[in-house]
Amino acid sequence: MSFVEINNIGISFGGLHAVEDFYLRQEKGELYGLIGPNGAGKTTVFNLLTGVYKPDKGTFFLDGQNMTGKSTVELNKLGIARTFQNIRLFGNMTVLDNVKIGLHNQYRYSALTGVLRLPKYRSTERAMNEKAMELLDVLELGEERDHLASNLPYGKQRRLEIARAMATNPKYLLLDEPAAGMNPNETAELMQMIRFVRDHFDMTILLIEHDMKLVAGICEKVSVLDFGQLLCQGETSAVLKDPEVIKAYLGE
Amino acid sequence: MSERKNSERAKGFSLLKIVPSKSRGKLVTVLIPVVFFAVCALLVNLGVLRSHFAGLLVPLCYYIIMAVSLNFTVGILGELSLGHAGFMCIGAYVGGLFTLLTQDSITSAWIRFPIAILLGGLIAALAGFLIGVPILRLRGDYLAIVTLAFGEIVRNLVQNIYLSRDKAGLHFSFTNAIEPERLDPATNVDIMKGPMALNGISPDATLLISVILVVITIIVILNMVDSRAGRAIMSIRDNRIAAESTGINITKYKLIVFSLSAFFAGIAGVLFAHYSTVSPPKFDYNMSILILVFVVLGGVGNIRGSIIATAILYILPEVLRGFQSYRMLIYAIVLIVMMLLNNNERFNAWKKNTTERLTAWRKGLFRKKSGKEAE
Repeated sequence: MSFVEINNIGISFGGLHAVEDFYLRQEKGELYGLIGPNGAGKTTVFNLLTGVYKPDKGTFFLDGQNMTGKSTVELNKLGIARTFQNIRLFGNMTVLDNVKIGLHNQYRYSALTGVLRLPKYRSTERAMNEKAMELLDVLELGEERDHLASNLPYGKQRRLEIARAMATNPKYLLLDEPAAGMNPNETAELMQMIRFVRDHFDMTILLIEHDMKLVAGICEKVSVLDFGQLLCQGETSAVLKDPEVIKAYLGE
Repeated sequence: MSERKNSERAKGFSLLKIVPSKSRGKLVTVLIPVVFFAVCALLVNLGVLRSHFAGLLVPLCYYIIMAVSLNFTVGILGELSLGHAGFMCIGAYVGGLFTLLTQDSITSAWIRFPIAILLGGLIAALAGFLIGVPILRLRGDYLAIVTLAFGEIVRNLVQNIYLSRDKAGLHFSFTNAIEPERLDPATNVDIMKGPMALNGISPDATLLISVILVVITIIVILNMVDSRAGRAIMSIRDNRIAAESTGINITKYKLIVFSLSAFFAGIAGVLFAHYSTVSPPKFDYNMSILILVFVVLGGVGNIRGSIIATAILYILPEVLRGFQSYRMLIYAIVLIVMMLLNNNERFNAWKKNTTERLTAWRKGLFRKKSGKEAE
């Protein structure tokens, strides 16, 4: 059994089949790309995998565990973390606090401990700060720790989202257009970071991206969606040469 | 279309200035009311301030508690609540009735009053929890309407309760006064008489106890904000969807906020009941709006701002009493000026600048001192 098994998952809104019979096999540690034209249903797949939508049919297994139909919070606790296409940070909070929210379920103390400032509060907060800084340093955000998240430039906001997702200690990381709005330099840096995160944290990553350089550069395999249907999948280099894929992207 | 409307609404609400809380300056926030009340008490004792002014200090305490606890819901959780007076009403009646019923058996106010405070707070918190459950799915305007209705329901319920005590025990009636033939005329004491005021509660709310409660409220809420739970609550305010997918249990934290906020409003109510006369019309929506005005003008999410704004806006109309007919005019002008200043970038920049300069100056002073010691 593969690490990630998505079997014929699908959802329709009214008469519109947003995603139909999507399937995917992903091994542990694999970097997998999900591509397709605008409106193909890529983000809908993410929403199905993170419990934002409940699938009409199909099943989803992660590491042998059935994840189908669970709530967003449960799925996060079971090891699925994501970033968002339209950045969703906690804008009025500092960069450090954004990551510490990601650590919420790993470092625990009761609300009363926090109010009474018991010793456990201090020790846990210190451990949280250390862990958060570790993640921020990986994504090169350490210097901005005390900035408000909404004051960060675009590229850094995207990286902060990745740091926050990483903080929830996921087994499976879903990145929704991580390089959108970045210049070529930033994208190159991001590619290195994603690779580092995969190798260093032993992460399995599924990413949506329009930047073909990024996809070709770091993804071992890709799936192509078009009109909610799986067009083809396989080794990146082979898929990107496929005439069907080129047709879907560029038209005839 | 409805989505666009929603986003517009969200935008409108975010225009209210949401100030990020910082752990620094927490001590200052606690010290401001302590020093203020200490100085006021001293001046009153010395005879500098009129005794009329002394009478404003305890009410100021419970209004500060109200404003700070409402700011917890509005500024930290980011949900507009228009029924805060309802929780105060519950606290006032629970605490007040407890004292009325027990002041013959428990004669020491030092034992009786803390129990009344705790009881009033807990019952109000329970009400906050119960109202919190059905409105979990509501947000924005819808939540505001339901909380407004809640406040009015509480007031109207209380307004219709008749309660009497005689040698046979307690007599209770709803909507109508209790028939005299049911009561023993010799020993009968009316406790609650519908819309009429609750009489005979011993005035236990001293300034000392009130200030202690203010300090407790501020410390609990500031510590809560600057902790694991507080971060989770603010994450819900900033982005609910992201909070959920980061594993934050929204239901749990919303209920914590509603209950805690109601708890402190209940305590403020108990203070109210033990200081001035309690009658249902005092807890109408005007009270809720008044508290909301304190919160908004002090800065949504800014606890220290709530304290200062409450002090200014509560004392001002009383100080202006000498001006008689111009009183409310000046009050209105102050409200408008505060609103304008709060949204003025140049004023905020000036404020920030001054604070930074003050901090730098203080640091420089400290450095000089420690430098001398090193020599």
